Amino acid sequence: MKTKYMNPYLAGVLLGLVLLMAFFFSGRGLGASGAVKSVVVAAVDVVAPEHTANSGYYSKYVGEGKSPMKAWLVFEMIGVLVGGFLSGAFSGRLKWKVEHFPGITANRRLIFAGMGGILFGFGSQLGRGCTSGSALTGMASLSVAGFVSMMAIFGTAFALAFFLRKNWI
Amino acid sequence: MGPLVPQEIIGADWNLFIAFVIGIGFGFVLEQAGFSSSRKLAGMFYGYDTVVLKVFFTAAITAMLGLLFFSLFGWIDLNLIYVNPTFLGSAIVGGIIMGAGFIIGGFCPGTSVCAAAIGKIDAMIFIGGIVLGIFFFAEGYPLLKDFYMSGSMGPLKVSDVFGISGGVLALIVIIVALLMFKLGELAEKRWPREEY
Repeated sequence: MKTKYMNPYLAGVLLGLVLLMAFFFSGRGLGASGAVKSVVVAAVDVVAPEHTANSGYYSKYVGEGKSPMKAWLVFEMIGVLVGGFLSGAFSGRLKWKVEHFPGITANRRLIFAGMGGILFGFGSQLGRGCTSGSALTGMASLSVAGFVSMMAIFGTAFALAFFLRKNWI
Repeated sequence: MGPLVPQEIIGADWNLFIAFVIGIGFGFVLEQAGFSSSRKLAGMFYGYDTVVLKVFFTAAITAMLGLLFFSLFGWIDLNLIYVNPTFLGSAIVGGIIMGAGFIIGGFCPGTSVCAAAIGKIDAMIFIGGIVLGIFFFAEGYPLLKDFYMSGSMGPLKVSDVFGISGGVLALIVIIVALLMFKLGELAEKRWPREEY
């Protein structure tokens, strides 16, 4: 079938080269959820600095000489916004829209998107990274955590697909 | 030679700029591959579009082989590459929760940011959800800490667990991936899709 998107195998090789460059230059892989964590830490630190200083989780990232927003992943994700936008502009895909299966309403799509985001955000912290940071990067560096994350994420999504089929097909 | 920043061949001041440039490449490729569409991503789990499988495994294998060959040529010191530590219990349960988030929400964090960049409103709501989910975890951390820290195995590699070389492991991953690609191609013929 004809598609307006890049050949997936070519895209995979290019994505792999981007990841390899991250390893070669910075000695670390890609990530995504870590950048959102930095935003959450920074926001809570502005609203309630005493709370972040005393909390077991936030305190790792704040304090003297530490700035949660001056993180590798934050700058990388700003790059992702720019790169995604450039690609969308290049291929004529810039458009405000709620994308959803025609069999459901836009509101239903948005409610499920929000719920999915909450779960993914929570799980990414418990699992120490998401699909890019733990699964993809971890697999490339042969880490057990990477393979375990990949199998748990994709395995669960397959296992639950039947129950959510009305949202997608 | 590499990694360049940890060995101070390139100054640490450049690291955040490098991150930004690498991010541009990351976002551009994700969007070109179609990862800015939740319907394309979810297609993986219903067989009508297996682009996730193809891109994800091709990328993992490319980077895996790249690291192995760079190391063989003496271009990179693998001891200086960050390997994410394994905490078995929290990795499995965290992965299960993320998998549920994936099929319910239709994105993962990286793809949602990429989709938001081209104006997908569902992706923006998904990102709002991620913020809340991380906030809930951070606030609930005192209750979760024991489980979060359990089963610590350090930066363990799969090749060490099975006592094989990285190259043999990569070969096994490549063979498994090729079989899955074949399955994916068959599934796409069986369940044709429309174009979004």
